[in-house]
Amino acid sequence: MTFSPELEAKIERMFSQYPPDRRRSAVIPMLMYAQDEIGSVTRELVEEVARRTGITPLAVDEVVTYYSMLHRMPLGKSHVQICTNISCMLNGGTELWEQATRRLGIGHKEVSADGKISLEEVECMGACSWAPAIQVNYDFYHQVTPQKLDEMLTQLGAAR
Amino acid sequence: MPYNEPNPAEVRVLSKRFGIPNSQSIDVYLANEGYQAYERAAKMTPDEIVNVVKASGLRGRGGAGFPTGMKWSFLARNSPKPKYIIVNADESEPGTCKDRLLVEFDPHQLIEGIMIAGLAATSNQGYIYIRGEYRYLIDIMNKAIAEAYDRGYLGDNVRGTGWKFHLATHTGAGAYECGEESALLESFEGKRGIPRIRPPFPAVAGAYQSPTILNNVETYAAVPSIFRMGGEEWAKLGSPKNGGTRMFCLSGHVNRPGVYELPMGFPLMRMIEEVGGGIRGGKKLKAVIPGGSSCPVLKAEECNINMDFDSLAAAKSMLGSGGVVVMDETTDIVAVALRIMRFYAHESCGWCIPCREGTTWLRKILLRIYEGHGVASDVDLVGELSKNMLGRTFCPLGDAAAMPTIAFVEKFRHEFEAYIQKQVPAAQPDPLLQLASV
Ligand SMILES: Cc1cc2nc3c(=O)[nH]c(=O)nc-3n(C[C@H](O)[C@H](O)[C@H](O)COP(=O)(O)O)c2cc1C
Ligand code: FES
Repeated sequence: MTFSPELEAKIERMFSQYPPDRRRSAVIPMLMYAQDEIGSVTRELVEEVARRTGITPLAVDEVVTYYSMLHRMPLGKSHVQICTNISCMLNGGTELWEQATRRLGIGHKEVSADGKISLEEVECMGACSWAPAIQVNYDFYHQVTPQKLDEMLTQLGAAR
Repeated sequence: MPYNEPNPAEVRVLSKRFGIPNSQSIDVYLANEGYQAYERAAKMTPDEIVNVVKASGLRGRGGAGFPTGMKWSFLARNSPKPKYIIVNADESEPGTCKDRLLVEFDPHQLIEGIMIAGLAATSNQGYIYIRGEYRYLIDIMNKAIAEAYDRGYLGDNVRGTGWKFHLATHTGAGAYECGEESALLESFEGKRGIPRIRPPFPAVAGAYQSPTILNNVETYAAVPSIFRMGGEEWAKLGSPKNGGTRMFCLSGHVNRPGVYELPMGFPLMRMIEEVGGGIRGGKKLKAVIPGGSSCPVLKAEECNINMDFDSLAAAKSMLGSGGVVVMDETTDIVAVALRIMRFYAHESCGWCIPCREGTTWLRKILLRIYEGHGVASDVDLVGELSKNMLGRTFCPLGDAAAMPTIAFVEKFRHEFEAYIQKQVPAAQPDPLLQLASV
């Protein structure tokens, strides 16, 4: 399995940053960056990461199932993550979450039929003082109002 | 630009460069006292460095408030193994959003603090473990690290002194537990983030079973100002035994939420009224979570308190990670307790049974109360179950879930009882809205 030249360069740099006998340290970063490129953690990727780090595919699987940002199924083109943890909840985060599920007709970790949007109710994302907060893929949106969420979803291609 | 206006009550030491255009760049950093602290520390012996940090009274900003100088002095410096500096940038305690700003607006301050820790540890390698959601911070940090290499502050021969020091970022992948130091080290080594049994502590057997200094971002970021000002002067910024300033993350029902740098020991009511602009909509204060979701709640009448580690410990709560969550009179404490327990149940790594089962059952019982199906004995059951988790796990996640829950039930018992007596209309569950784990 080959990655883009950029990712290959990144992986090479990564390996140079850990001691030579500690290639396993690269497992999680490699999974994260490769997932961004491929869209999900496929069987092929698990085997490739195992091969490159010198551990068994099973050991890679153990890691994949632990971390909430690693996923085996593809997400939507835009992965909308809505925080409902305490500071966001006190500022309308739960209502934003309800609004998004109703409008899209999908629930937690589900993808819209056209594959454009997926939803996830997430834990605190470190934006508590600018709550309620949403992340779309890796981009933060602060102090999101119901109107703003509605506009965001329209822009991301949600049906009316 | 930082995300909130500064406040006149702030004492901006760590955040003093926030808001300067291009504050991330090494040129701006150098033009604003940058890397002077390193130059000073480079002339000292490791013991002298540790003594300056001890004199500053700096206590860990990640949650536990352990004296940093003492932690550094425990490092097994004579071990033949390599020594490592690990930075905890996993920031995921609900209510906490300060490390993010320290990286975003002043990455070189962090690098300089890490370098000084490296000198104290006679280390040649540091790693910054950044939570996966903070991808843009990894980019900012990588850029700053590249600049520091270019200018000779990192590399095989730092500033021509012959000292070799390398630094790299490392991404997490979504797990609160990986903020716990031993789980972080497991995760860093490419494994599931489960805690290690201690002792040995990281100072003896940390990263790759080698002696390791592991601190929070804010802890390292404080170090350059300590070496510029001198330990004693820095200590005087705060209250006795609680040196310096701290980044407080004010959130919830206040008019001006934000991250504010205030002296240790700053009065909580002043923080809410003067800095936060008071409670929104002219409502009354009900309660405050003073240091992130794991800290026992303070009732309004307990809020005449100075915000430092010792004052909060005396009030049977904690200063924790600096996340101050303010709740007004309309807040439903049962809903808050349930949301917090959902978090801990979701994030429990499952390694220790009291934590895995305890958080799961507490979540179920609290949900049952919230949905209007609670029975009279549930209130005591929540309290008892929580108490049975305390101190019975490898890492403090179980305690972090139990402590706030005990306080919610003790201090707001009537609200739980009101739900059970069905004086509060039961919430209607909506299948679309449930977390997969509920
Ligand atoms: C469940 C759990 C989560 C934690 N999360 C973090 C975190 O996100 N960031 C952090 O710096 N410390 C966190 N800690 C505290 C660390 O274990 C450790 O005490 C700290 O990083 C040490 O640095 P300090 O002495 O500078 O505070 C957490 C602890 C526990 C028990
Ligand atoms: S609680 Fe939502 S970002 Fe912290």
